[in-house]
Amino acid sequence: MKRFLGFVKKEFRHIFRDYRTLFILFGIPIAEILIFGYAISMDIKNAGVAILDLSHDEVTEKLSGKILSSGFFKKSADLLSYEEIDQVLKKGKTKAVIVFEEGFGKRLIREGKASLSIIADGSEPNTATLVTNYTTAIVNDFNIEMAGSALNNALKIVPEVRMFYNPELKSYSMFVPGVITLILILVSALMTSVTITREKEFGTMEVLLVSPLKPVQIILGKVTPYFILSFINVLVILAMSWLVFGLPVKGSIILLLVESMLYILMSLSLGILISTVSSTMQQAIFISLVGLMLPTILLSGFIFPIENMPEVYDYLSLIMPPRYFITIIKSIMIKGTGLLYIWKETLVLILMTTVFIGISVRKFKVRLE
Amino acid sequence: MRTILFLIRKEFLQIFRNKFISKAIFAVPIVQMLILVPAITFELKKVDVLVIDKDMSPESRGLISKLEGSTFFRIMGMTYNEKEANSLMHRNKCNIVLHIPENFGKDIVTGRQAKIVAAIDAINASSAQLAWAYLNGIVRDYNSILTIKNINNSAPAAIPIIDIRNRYWYNEELNYKYYMLPGILVILVTAIGFLLAGLNMVREKEIGTIEQINVTPVRKSQFIVAKMVPFLIIGLVDLALGLAIGKITFNIPFNGSILLLFLGSTIFLIAVLGLAVFISTFSGSQQQFMFVAFFCMIIFILMSGIFTPYESMPQWAQDFNLINPVAYLMRVNRMVMLKGSSFTDISRELISLSVLAVLFTTFAVRRYRKTA
Amino acid sequence: MTMKKKVIEVENLVKRFGHFTANDRLSFDVYEGEIFGFLGANGAGKTTAIRILSGLSSPTSGKVKVAGFDAGTQAEMIKRNIGYMCQKFSLYEDLTVRENIALYGGIYGLSRSEITERTAQLLDRLRFREYENKLISDLPLGLKQKLSFAVAVLHEPRIVFLDEPTGGVDPITRRQFWEMIYETAERGITIFVTTHYMDEAEYCDRISIMNDGRIVALDTPSNLKKQYNVSSVEEVFIKIARPAGS
Repeated sequence: MKRFLGFVKKEFRHIFRDYRTLFILFGIPIAEILIFGYAISMDIKNAGVAILDLSHDEVTEKLSGKILSSGFFKKSADLLSYEEIDQVLKKGKTKAVIVFEEGFGKRLIREGKASLSIIADGSEPNTATLVTNYTTAIVNDFNIEMAGSALNNALKIVPEVRMFYNPELKSYSMFVPGVITLILILVSALMTSVTITREKEFGTMEVLLVSPLKPVQIILGKVTPYFILSFINVLVILAMSWLVFGLPVKGSIILLLVESMLYILMSLSLGILISTVSSTMQQAIFISLVGLMLPTILLSGFIFPIENMPEVYDYLSLIMPPRYFITIIKSIMIKGTGLLYIWKETLVLILMTTVFIGISVRKFKVRLE
Repeated sequence: MRTILFLIRKEFLQIFRNKFISKAIFAVPIVQMLILVPAITFELKKVDVLVIDKDMSPESRGLISKLEGSTFFRIMGMTYNEKEANSLMHRNKCNIVLHIPENFGKDIVTGRQAKIVAAIDAINASSAQLAWAYLNGIVRDYNSILTIKNINNSAPAAIPIIDIRNRYWYNEELNYKYYMLPGILVILVTAIGFLLAGLNMVREKEIGTIEQINVTPVRKSQFIVAKMVPFLIIGLVDLALGLAIGKITFNIPFNGSILLLFLGSTIFLIAVLGLAVFISTFSGSQQQFMFVAFFCMIIFILMSGIFTPYESMPQWAQDFNLINPVAYLMRVNRMVMLKGSSFTDISRELISLSVLAVLFTTFAVRRYRKTA
Repeated sequence: MTMKKKVIEVENLVKRFGHFTANDRLSFDVYEGEIFGFLGANGAGKTTAIRILSGLSSPTSGKVKVAGFDAGTQAEMIKRNIGYMCQKFSLYEDLTVRENIALYGGIYGLSRSEITERTAQLLDRLRFREYENKLISDLPLGLKQKLSFAVAVLHEPRIVFLDEPTGGVDPITRRQFWEMIYETAERGITIFVTTHYMDEAEYCDRISIMNDGRIVALDTPSNLKKQYNVSSVEEVFIKIARPAGS
């Protein structure tokens, strides 16, 4: 045990000497949180809209003014003809063109009907949908306004909304859990797999293996410092989300920390598993970064909800550990629910950890023989 | 020049001698692309609505059937028990609980305001807002049906209505695959080139082979170019494979010039590889490099506008993207492939990328020291 | 004795790393075609000096000329005229013998035909035919070291620097290695070799002994033995050199 502790200390010293790496280790989650908090959002703001007004009358000017002053849009160009639409959309700054047909105002008054077209750039479907939706909503409002006198305002269903769990509709309740989930698995798996593969590649593993330390102790010794660092990382992210965004942990913080430990453990054992199949650091890095990064971002439901994916992915994501943790962390942090609601996910994580360790031990033994 | 060829040959030999890497650089991007591209859809396909209808009037049923008939909502159940409703929402079984109070129908008929309350799971704020917008739209439609019915009964005056037609150009059915594929390809090509080029360089330092090179008269630029070229070629091959498979399996359109696409990607890769080698000159170990690379990549990718609208970023973030090669290529790829944008349409992006490529490569050559 | 041409001239070479002085006012000359031994305990400053001489590092102060070029300002010119074999084996382990030779031939600007010709010569001389298409990582250490040396002189440099070339190899291989050194010196290539094997020092034309960053003795092995009145270089070394730090 004493020998083991000595070994752990040595590993720790090794990590702390490289302060640059340490700096980045904590820099990654902090930068990510800040990016999600302040730089990017799924919503649109100031999207470029061009106007092709073939009528230029009071109504079109009023309506286009209404559309442009909504905050969602910014006028990118005034067009004179249909031919210009393609040109302006191809430049990329303009996301949609709003076309008022000739004699728009006159028709509206005389025939009671005028048509407006929204031509959106479908190469960015998300933006296109949002632009169309918001414009439609604004025009609908305008319709109702115009009809104002005609409609005796009596007949109305007024829908009211209560936003659950996140009444202020802040995006952080989505990305804070996401960032924790993503960072923990990548960093833990990456660090463990690389540090163990490094010993293999440089031949120092043999030196360790002939030492009085047992193989299990060697692996544990290598992994323990990263376990602690990852745990500190969780605390840093939670503290940040509380201090910067005012997002508290609604449920039991102890439960959250225990679950985080479990998830870190799972990630570390995944890292160990990767190291048993890699012979060079390049390979370990390739698997843990190129292999894990995109699937974790995309299939864990962190940015893109799994519910919206084709059904196959619902099953495919069952083998993605982040999926379970993200459910756990959202339940505890945002919904404030207890173990009763997440015991299944917890069990799956325990099972995954066991399987990863089991395979690693097997592979390790085979190699020693 | 001849020296460079010898060095490039050496890099290729080393890459393809590594059994894992030589397969992974082609297999991983293709497999990931095939799996990940069809996964992404932003549209809310099925928003599960649980209805608590305390009224059970023709009006309330009318509203529910309107919801059911829409493409966005699915009525997953009806209940009278609020507790059950809460629990279902806690378990993620429904996204919206819609309360229709007693007297809803009566209020409508008697001309009073009728209220309904929608409780929406808002953890994902943007999908909650979208769902709310759709719900509002449906209610508004339903309102106008009721109104028109009513008005037609009393006063036949015409109400002016602006009728909206919308069309999506370049991707009429809003197929997300067309949108995601170029983006995912860029990420994969970036990750592979950036990581491997840098790691390769640091590895030579770490195992000491660089010392033997440094003591030869080889020029710094020769050595660095030779480190970049193989990954440039591999990146372009990956891209070509990815596009070919995208064409075959997802039938993604190629509206623009493929040559232009490859021109953009080549300049992009030079910039990214130059940056990787530049960073590698600071790193003493592969571990160190990997962390810096990870850090840069995640920032570049998230900020690039691949997953989120570019315009909604604040000014400082858009300014940052002036040095983000991924942001440029993301735009170039989508514009050229889907919209058929021409050289002049993307000339600003190409020029900016070229500046970055020259800058980063120069930095790398400058920073690299042929000393021990 | 005829006056030979100097290929290395060193005057008051000083190299400091922060407060630590690795090389303290070194002065010596090396003549064309000689085998010059650079002796010293580990940490005496041998590797630092050899790196400066081969253009890998620049001196803090002092005059250093190698093959007529200044080590501080013309390092790249020096690199054209020398060969270098570093202490740590540094050919590419994941390339074959033949590929390594071709690579370095190409880097030094040999033509294809020269590369083919010299590769053949080299493989025959080292009796390496059976290994030519083997990966370096599969070779035993002794063979690797021999190959390293052969590659360092492939382009027929004026001077070759060998930093602890025989570290860790068996006595028979060391013997063969020194035979290679002699053959090379006979072709007119100056050999600059560091070692801490005292028996190897006996093979050198002249040796310098370093201690704590300074040169404490410089002469032919026989003169040194005479001067200190002992029968081997090892005894000379023990008399004048203390291990670093003691």
